[in-house]
Amino acid sequence: MALLEVDRLRVEFPTRNGTLTAVDDVSFTVEEGEVLGLVGESGAGKSMTGAAIIGLIEPPGHIAGGEIRLDGGRIDALRGEALRKVRGKQIGAIFQDPLTSLNPLFTVGDQLVETIRTHLPLSVAEARRRAVDWLAEVGIPAPDKRIDQYPHQFSGGMRQRVVIALALCAEPRLIIADEPTTALDVSVQAQIIALLKKLCRERNAAVILVTHDMGVIAETADRVAVMYAGRLAEIGPVKQVLEKPNHPYTAGLMGSIPRIGPRPERLIQIAGSMPRLSDIPAGCAFNPRCTRVFADCHVHRPRLAASGDGAVACLHYEGARP
Amino acid sequence: MPLFILRRVLQAVMVMLTVAFIAFLMFRFLGDPVNSIVSQDATQVEREQVRERLGLDDPLLVQYGRFVVDAARGDFGMSYRNARPVSALLAERFPATAELVLVAALMSLAIGIPFGIYTALRPRGVLSQALQIVSLIGISLPTFVTGILLILCFSVWLGWLPSFGRGEVVDIGWWSTGFLTASGLKALILPSFMLCIFQLTLIMRLVRAEMLEVMRTDYIKFARARGLKARAINFRHALKNTLIPVVTIFGLQLGGLIAFAIITETVFQWPGMGALFIQAVNFTDVPVMAAYLVLVSLIFVVINTSVDLLYNVIDPRLRTERKPATNAGI
Repeated sequence: MALLEVDRLRVEFPTRNGTLTAVDDVSFTVEEGEVLGLVGESGAGKSMTGAAIIGLIEPPGHIAGGEIRLDGGRIDALRGEALRKVRGKQIGAIFQDPLTSLNPLFTVGDQLVETIRTHLPLSVAEARRRAVDWLAEVGIPAPDKRIDQYPHQFSGGMRQRVVIALALCAEPRLIIADEPTTALDVSVQAQIIALLKKLCRERNAAVILVTHDMGVIAETADRVAVMYAGRLAEIGPVKQVLEKPNHPYTAGLMGSIPRIGPRPERLIQIAGSMPRLSDIPAGCAFNPRCTRVFADCHVHRPRLAASGDGAVACLHYEGARP
Repeated sequence: MPLFILRRVLQAVMVMLTVAFIAFLMFRFLGDPVNSIVSQDATQVEREQVRERLGLDDPLLVQYGRFVVDAARGDFGMSYRNARPVSALLAERFPATAELVLVAALMSLAIGIPFGIYTALRPRGVLSQALQIVSLIGISLPTFVTGILLILCFSVWLGWLPSFGRGEVVDIGWWSTGFLTASGLKALILPSFMLCIFQLTLIMRLVRAEMLEVMRTDYIKFARARGLKARAINFRHALKNTLIPVVTIFGLQLGGLIAFAIITETVFQWPGMGALFIQAVNFTDVPVMAAYLVLVSLIFVVINTSVDLLYNVIDPRLRTERKPATNAGI
């Protein structure tokens, strides 16, 4: 059984002008110790999917359908204490901006000790020792001194390291990393990603890595899921999706990445932009921008169909027709 | 850090010197002080003698310097009306005002903060909305109206609480306290409540607004994602961040409480400094007015300086001896 199963997840936002569907019928699984990349443009629903898994969708948004199962047990309908025990202990989260993720009024040590003691039965002294170990683990020099410092005394990259320590310190089995490096300097990004990958490998923790950086995905992920307008376009092993993309959207994304190589070609650009959630076209959501569009694309909404080791939601593939 | 304190203290001293100058000017512009001292049929020669004895023919700056030095020693001269030292009058009246303001301030915090937290955590609850409406009334009704309504309700109709005075007081040294007798405590309830209503509602609304703001921040979201207990999130992480602006406003309002105490003391005939000041105004008792002005300013300045120093305790980002982050950029 997979560690995490997301089954036909649907997230809705009621607004004055009708209900918006931010995540629409998304299904995927994450195996123990696996890194799943979740990619897509801004607003494709990738962060929302991550937030749904850890129960942090901002009201009035809510899960309107589908199931999320951890070890076979449903976690999408959990409330209060039960949900709190999953957060941190089972599923950790890392957010985009390390500058705002830490409470400015508490020392780094306070925040670590508090998190450790919330989930593990340790004394303050033991938790503090473990907190120092964690700081050392995430590569913070002189951790026994730094532990008593406040977040503002750390640089951005250092703070993201602290955030990683905070997310991992209760030994969760799944980490949701929502664009963990977007706010950082390019020179620091690779280090943070490598650190995250190493720590999770050592502890056999699975990762859902939400990003729009294909380079990060290629480096880090085992499998990748591509989202478009709240729907899953394609999912499969990272090599297959990156090198032989099935979905026209994925193909367009890959074509738009500059490569260092012998033959400089003109980059392919996907015409148009992603539709707003309030006017997603009928049929396939990608049909206005697709180069391989045909009549059925405007009528039928494609389902995920098996293709190679993955699956693709495009009517050009057998089994995608509903 | 010491430099920061020194700078704040110097600023405070400058403010006090300015206030003292204004108080000093009152003596010159609210009539000729010699008129209030000599009898009406005094001759010009007698007037000049008095003038000379009091040093009123010295240059302005010399007189001001003398005023400041005397004031710093607590000597504000004699009250024109009571013919007693102003400092003795104020010392006599100070405990009443201090106790009234203290109780009002504590009440506004003890009620305002929990109500503010409650209305922020349950913004849609019936009780929250009721509190919001009541607080709007509290913040807009003039205090003398609420005071009179309180007297009408609790003293006239129900007869539970006294409508004026301090009740019985006990003297501890020069301090007369109403805290130690039942009648003293009963007499405190209505005036301190009247005095605190405005601050109470202000603090409640401020805590609510700040708390709502803080609950939307990333670090609260991250605290939730770490599975911290709701109590720890609400009362440790959120409340501490909420309290920074509350400390500012409370500091400012504490001065306001002393100022508003004039109205409360008038309505309840509370024998405090405010009532003394109103009397002094009625009789153009300049030394008392000047001393009151200086004293209230001093309290304001001391409170504001303390609040500034208190920030350093609450907010680590403001502690100036900031060590540079090592390994910057990594």
